[in-house]
Amino acid sequence: MLRSPSGVIGLIILLLAIALAVFGPMLFPNSPWRMVQRPFLPPFTLSTVPLGTDALGRDVFAGMIFGARVSLLVGLVSTLVALVVGLPIGAMAGYFGGKVDDALMRFTEFFQTIPSFALAIVLVAILQPSIYSIVASIALVSWPPVARLVRGEVLSLRTREYVQAAVVTGQSNTWIILREILPNTLSPVIVLASLMVATAILLESSLSFLGLGDPNLISWGYMVGAGRTVIRQAWWITVFPGVAILISVLGLNLIGEGLNDALNPRLSREGR
Amino acid sequence: MSKRVLLGLLLACGLTAPALAQEPKTGGAINVVIQPEPPGLMMAMVQNGPVQMVAGNIFEGLLRYSPKLEPQPELAESWSVSEDAKTYTFKLRKGVTWHDGKPFTAADVLFSVEMLKQTHARARNNLAQVDKVEAPDDTTVVFTLKQPFGPFLGIFEVGSMPMVPKHLYEGTDWKTNPYNNAPVGTGPFMFKEWQKGSFIRLVKNPNYYEKGKPYLDDIYWQIIPDAAARSVAYETGKVDVLPGGSVENFDVPRLSKLKDTCVTGAGWEFFSPLAWLWLNNRQGPLADKRVRQAIMYAIDREFAKDVIWNGLGKVATGPSASTIKYYTDDVPKYPYDPAKAKALLKEAGYKGEKIRLLPLAYGETWQRWGEAVKQNLQDVGMNIETIATDVAGGNQKIGDWDYDIAFTYLYQYGDPALGVGRNYVSSAIAKGQVFNNVEGYSNPEIDKLFADGAVATPDSKRKEIYEKAQKILVEDVPVAWMLELQFPTIMRCKVKNLITTGIGVNDGFKDAWLDK
Repeated sequence: MLRSPSGVIGLIILLLAIALAVFGPMLFPNSPWRMVQRPFLPPFTLSTVPLGTDALGRDVFAGMIFGARVSLLVGLVSTLVALVVGLPIGAMAGYFGGKVDDALMRFTEFFQTIPSFALAIVLVAILQPSIYSIVASIALVSWPPVARLVRGEVLSLRTREYVQAAVVTGQSNTWIILREILPNTLSPVIVLASLMVATAILLESSLSFLGLGDPNLISWGYMVGAGRTVIRQAWWITVFPGVAILISVLGLNLIGEGLNDALNPRLSREGR
Repeated sequence: MSKRVLLGLLLACGLTAPALAQEPKTGGAINVVIQPEPPGLMMAMVQNGPVQMVAGNIFEGLLRYSPKLEPQPELAESWSVSEDAKTYTFKLRKGVTWHDGKPFTAADVLFSVEMLKQTHARARNNLAQVDKVEAPDDTTVVFTLKQPFGPFLGIFEVGSMPMVPKHLYEGTDWKTNPYNNAPVGTGPFMFKEWQKGSFIRLVKNPNYYEKGKPYLDDIYWQIIPDAAARSVAYETGKVDVLPGGSVENFDVPRLSKLKDTCVTGAGWEFFSPLAWLWLNNRQGPLADKRVRQAIMYAIDREFAKDVIWNGLGKVATGPSASTIKYYTDDVPKYPYDPAKAKALLKEAGYKGEKIRLLPLAYGETWQRWGEAVKQNLQDVGMNIETIATDVAGGNQKIGDWDYDIAFTYLYQYGDPALGVGRNYVSSAIAKGQVFNNVEGYSNPEIDKLFADGAVATPDSKRKEIYEKAQKILVEDVPVAWMLELQFPTIMRCKVKNLITTGIGVNDGFKDAWLDK
């Protein structure tokens, strides 16, 4: 992983974002909702509000820091939930095959046929916007690719000799899936997961942009959405959080690429 | 910043334009934004804001009202009230014809009253005190009341009581009458065409009873669904007038600064929209008067006016807007004072119980306002949780009393008996509604004052009663009054005399003219 330069850049970006999210609020304890200065103060004019203020005089920089928490947290947690749902479904479908496979895959396809963003909007709207409903709906629309990927991997692994050997020695299905098969499917899943975090951040931002974010938490998408209408008067309200979304998603994509290079033996042997 | 410019423009246009006695010029077409597209134009049946705005040119009422809400002649040229304040006699204007040429007579008034009682909820309420309506001759109408009703002369504006042509509606099924789609009235403009999703065109009524009026040849109501696109349409010259509320507030300063642009906040006196927070008086910390008073002290309402509403409007002092009859500012005051709010909360024993705040889902301005109020309340130590919801969901929660604090704004219709009392008397408490006494405030003294005030005579007696009621209410803080809202109308300065009455753009453009 460290041999791929893009992966290193991605990792640095991610670590910076995490550091900002974890330690930022300690260094800048100002609430991002507090009206601290006059509205529409341009950036770089006052050192106390380095990135200017928004339409209500709230600190854009504080919003960036607190927004990082929400964006990263939603990205990570919803990806974890999606993995928790997708992994067992994919593994069972691939391992047992037959009717189980059919049933589980039709179920998965049911979710895949609905445009994921539209489904996420509907879910959040029905459940009332809150951080929990957002994480749940993002997880719910992003697990099908995990299930399909794991199923494919499991399908090819279950015919291997060491799996057959485990079956012959009478080990239980659960044991075989957990000990023999799943560990070997992990590398593509990890790559997929890193990209899913990026997608989840984008989804959360889009939901917040549309006004479906948690009204009690500031997030980058919310800032872009709230500032969008005044973009002609005050570009900085939208541009800074927009750039933050761009950079963090880019960083996660670079990490995904780096991981792919590092974990895929065929690619690394070709020596890039 | 832009506030000063705005104020200057307000002064320049809003106040001095009528004073400059320029000779009106005839001719020309005017393009006005209508938002959203009205569901129909038959005003006796549908009364949404945009319907009133367009149809106010086609239909007319017996009276119109000055910015000070004094009655002025429209279809009635004069009126008199009997000694016992129970009989109102209207003399109708002679020589008025409907757009199809048939004469307008007292029979039309009688028919309209009967029809509106069935089709117009507010008119039905307004007419509840009427015992009988009679027409001794073709140009006289007499209303006899069951008991004196102070605000009676305030219910004859076109939106509240539009006159309907009897000869086209009598004996027909009103809902399917073909004239609903091509309405016929007595107004200064006639319906010409409606391209759904694009524009509505009205043309000059050549036989209008006021000689020389109207001055304009055509009115095009442009239908543009997106707020940003409406701003651009004004900037590019596609439209000449942006009625209040048709662009987002933060666009107002930018548009106001454009060349040849005039802004006015006038024309809302009759409606006087007043914004407040419903405070659920029934349960939790808000049942304590001191907590409700603390909320009033904690919220920076000047900030909301200056920043969120771009300096337009006025900080409310109590249940009546300052444009409403019998308004008094001789009431307890609640300036922005976080320290006092904290002290009151402490005294009331508030211990950080969670309080749910329901913002109004009417767009960016209201959302920002909700955020600012939440911050104000958190600053004095209240534990506020914002509940995100859409308009329908919010209405349901308010109707079910499932809230602690909720934003709203309501029209006041000129008289405390019509638009104010309903929000505070205990007889107006009913589940499922989003108007009237939603907060659950119940005070026998207030009930009695509003009951007496509606039927008291003479005016000085009513004044005394309502001033007393205002004092009691402001002390009790059943709801937290925020701002008297102003929806600025933005137009090119060449448009003259667009707004001449307290009903504003909803009152028809018969006085408007273009200075070419």
